Amino acid sequence: MHIVVCVKQVPNTTQVRINPETNTLIRDGVESIMNPFDENALEMALQLKEKHPGTKVTVVTMGPPQAVDILKEAVGRGADAVVLLSDRAFAGSDTWATSYALSTAIGKLEKPDLVLFGKQAIDGDTAQVGPGVAVWLGMPCITYARAIEIADGEATVERLYEDGYEKLAVSLPCALTVLKEANVPRMASLRGKMAAKKLVIEPMTAEMSGADPAKLGLNASPTRVVKIFSPPPKAGGVKWQGEEPEVMAQRLVDLLRERKLV
Amino acid sequence: MALKIDLDLCTGCGACVATCPFGALSQRAEDGKVDVNEACTACGACVDVCPVGALTLEVADRSAMAAEAEQYRGLWVYAEQRAGQLQDVTLELLGQGRTLADKLGVELSAVLLGHQVRGLGDKLFEYGADKVYLVDHPALENYTAEPYAEAMSALVRKYKPEALLAGATSIGRGFIARVAIQVNAGLTADCTELDVDVEKRLLLQTRPAFGGNIMACIVCPDHRPQMATVRPKVFAPLAPVPGRTGELIEEALNLKDPVVRVLETVNAMQNEVNVAGAEFIVTGGRGVGAPENFKLLEDLADALGGAAIGASRAAVDAGWISSFHQVGQTGKTVRPKIYIACGVSGQIQHLVGMSSSDTIIAINKDPDAPIFGVADIGIVGDLFQVVPALTKALRR
Repeated sequence: MHIVVCVKQVPNTTQVRINPETNTLIRDGVESIMNPFDENALEMALQLKEKHPGTKVTVVTMGPPQAVDILKEAVGRGADAVVLLSDRAFAGSDTWATSYALSTAIGKLEKPDLVLFGKQAIDGDTAQVGPGVAVWLGMPCITYARAIEIADGEATVERLYEDGYEKLAVSLPCALTVLKEANVPRMASLRGKMAAKKLVIEPMTAEMSGADPAKLGLNASPTRVVKIFSPPPKAGGVKWQGEEPEVMAQRLVDLLRERKLV
Repeated sequence: MALKIDLDLCTGCGACVATCPFGALSQRAEDGKVDVNEACTACGACVDVCPVGALTLEVADRSAMAAEAEQYRGLWVYAEQRAGQLQDVTLELLGQGRTLADKLGVELSAVLLGHQVRGLGDKLFEYGADKVYLVDHPALENYTAEPYAEAMSALVRKYKPEALLAGATSIGRGFIARVAIQVNAGLTADCTELDVDVEKRLLLQTRPAFGGNIMACIVCPDHRPQMATVRPKVFAPLAPVPGRTGELIEEALNLKDPVVRVLETVNAMQNEVNVAGAEFIVTGGRGVGAPENFKLLEDLADALGGAAIGASRAAVDAGWISSFHQVGQTGKTVRPKIYIACGVSGQIQHLVGMSSSDTIIAINKDPDAPIFGVADIGIVGDLFQVVPALTKALRR
């Protein structure tokens, strides 16, 4: 079985702020990490590899040259092969253009049985690239997966929805977006780290991927960000402190009753 | 866009003919090779199944696209139903959609997909739709992304709406992302504000990014329809007008059998109050400290007459409570009458999911916790003392 995992390097979003003067993102000094949900997708692939001997796991990312860091991390954890799709032609891609570009890179690989994504990336939070790549590849896609079992070329998947979950069956190949609760991602092994250290990763360019240049980057992206701004600050209300809990609790209940809220 | 057939490559296998939702393809009598008629909507369903790559879609260039955009008119809302129940977000989107459609001077339509769901049309008219497009087909009985996307893409290509809104739910986000690729349109995820630029006929789509630290306003200048998924609970439905009616357009599509099969559906919230629609929510955060301490919150919920239990990401990630309870950027968005946050610090990614609640009450022992910034009433104190005291006072 061949499993492709798509991963993204993202800024650690708890640290991202806007420069109020220039209205641009302040990314300086913000740590770059592997998108946390993608770690769960990778872990799902590695666990399937352990269960199904002979499985090969290829990790694909699209990004600037420094995205190589998360590919090395993936090799450290047990990925067999990696692809860094990197070219200035991809700059400014929205989810439409990104999903196209990724699909061309995957198209250059041995035909995958399973293509895994994290549920969404924590910078854009769109959850659109996984389903998008699946369309370009002509595959079905199950979103919000928390468990998978594979037997005889068929996958049984648990898909979460707002109130519960569904058990689904699908013939391979198929794509999946994976939830955090699917597993606990492993750390890189010592042996893996050694392998990662030796790794020389030659980027795959747009030309090498065979992508149609008319479908790449900002120009091919249907969406445009026209403005970014900080969310408006909320005005807080009253704050009670330094009194007995019973007193504050009683005052709150009195207030809520007065306003006929309870 | 137009379908191109390379007759030199075509082997006459007929795979594409069976797949066309519109019956636009046939095999020529003389050599069995494929032919296309004017019923073709360039949906691309056949392109994927051709084993020899004889079928392609010609993508028009951008200027031609801008000209084509002029042909697109009207605002659509995807009418999400589950097990024959219309979801609240659909009514919310019809409410906001009505405002936007009136500004643009166009019709508001709802798209209803399912099996034996025709009866839901009346409610859509009562909540503001002028038209309802219905695809009623056995392949749509259970939601799976592929047939739902196929049906929606077919309708979009035929009727050309300028904008399409869907709830940012597991269903909406799951299949609309496929539609965007299939119809070559821009899609903005999880919007929390929507407006229109009437002059340019642009949908102004505003959404939180970077975990809620930043808001971004996004437009689709040339591509149509302009598509967005919209977070539940950010817009209010209109008051229904009983007896208000409109035009129901039923589209008979030839849909393939679903490739994903639903074996079983398990409702994990059966015996619990769901935070998504709750009027009262008691939420626990990191300060709750242990799974068994949620009992204190349940007692308070009980004293409030059956409130839902919410949880912050910290509490869910710690494994104290299931993710069905999670409120925030990666959980649910809520808008209850009363939201009581107990031991929740108030990370921005939590605040974006609950800050539009009517009355917010925060209990936290850290007087500098960011949650107090959005709370109408903040109590600085130990939740293990304040929460039981509240429960007691409510029961008095």
